[in-house]
Amino acid sequence: MAHETAHTQRPDQPDPADAKPDAAVVRDALGVGVAVGLSGFAFGVTSAGAGLTLLQTCLTSLLIFTGASQFALVGALAAGGNPFTAAAGAFFLGVRNAFYGLRLSQLLALRPAVRPAAAQWVIDETTAVALAQPTRRAARIGFTVTGVTLYLLWNLTTLLGALGAEAIGDTEAWGLDAAGPAVFLALLAPMLRSAVERATAVLAVALGLGLLPVLPAGVPVLVAALAAPVVLYVQGRRGSGPGGRPTVEASEEEQR
Amino acid sequence: MNVWIAIGLTAVGCYAVKLAGLLVPGSVLERPLVRRLAALLPVALLAALTAQQTFGDGRELVLDARVLGVGAAGVALALRAPFLVVVGVAVAVTAGVRALL
Repeated sequence: MAHETAHTQRPDQPDPADAKPDAAVVRDALGVGVAVGLSGFAFGVTSAGAGLTLLQTCLTSLLIFTGASQFALVGALAAGGNPFTAAAGAFFLGVRNAFYGLRLSQLLALRPAVRPAAAQWVIDETTAVALAQPTRRAARIGFTVTGVTLYLLWNLTTLLGALGAEAIGDTEAWGLDAAGPAVFLALLAPMLRSAVERATAVLAVALGLGLLPVLPAGVPVLVAALAAPVVLYVQGRRGSGPGGRPTVEASEEEQR
Repeated sequence: MNVWIAIGLTAVGCYAVKLAGLLVPGSVLERPLVRRLAALLPVALLAALTAQQTFGDGRELVLDARVLGVGAAGVALALRAPFLVVVGVAVAVTAGVRALL
């Protein structure tokens, strides 16, 4: 769900020539909100297939509201993981949202009273839309419209997906157990920009599969997460390291 | 009960990190190593999860229709298909292979 966004002007240096009509911002935000919001259907189906009740599935979308973590959580529970390892894997996937929040708080300059409410919408898509806008006003409109659209649709389609899965019964016969890994792959693909990311992915796959038969359910994926610090450490030891190119997070940082 | 515990913990944890990003002073999260680790962590987790949910069956590794379904999703991604199409292709191919075998 992480959308590629064009790098645009800094919003705190608005140039009148870059002013974007509000309607254009709303249109962009609605496009992302609707496209991604619809994929809540895949979550609802996957969650129901994993054995969660309708109420559990809907509350997961309402309260957690960050797609990758939700898929990871129900996947771990379906595989028989205990609640703590399942929650830990989902939590670590959600940690990136803290960094989105950091960018957004500078970008949107939200009043302190608004922050607790806005926080629930700090996810891949709202950040991508907000960062792509040329002015603070446009960024605020983009964040809000994407957030509202996505929250409403994601939760509605979660409900419909869960109801649909209950109606069709055997979700495996319909191939719906492939939805989860396909979602993860679609989220992962745009992140594999350089040799550092690819090396991390390969090591994580080896750890995740190699340890699956020997460690309790849910634990191998947590061990696989160690691929990230290991690759960073090896890269640091090698100086410029494999690929040399820093991650996008870091390179955006250098542009400031 | 276990499911509720997992949902509760994840909801609290995920909300806390979202809010933390909006509240904490930038200097804490702006350290390059922290940023790079945060960018790389999802790569490791998503790669491991993709592999496990493609090849894992409980605590066993198996080759079944999912492999072809997720492989087809990979092809769709390479062709820059939209998100929903990618997921739809995986589901359809997996179901199709199961129906044929």
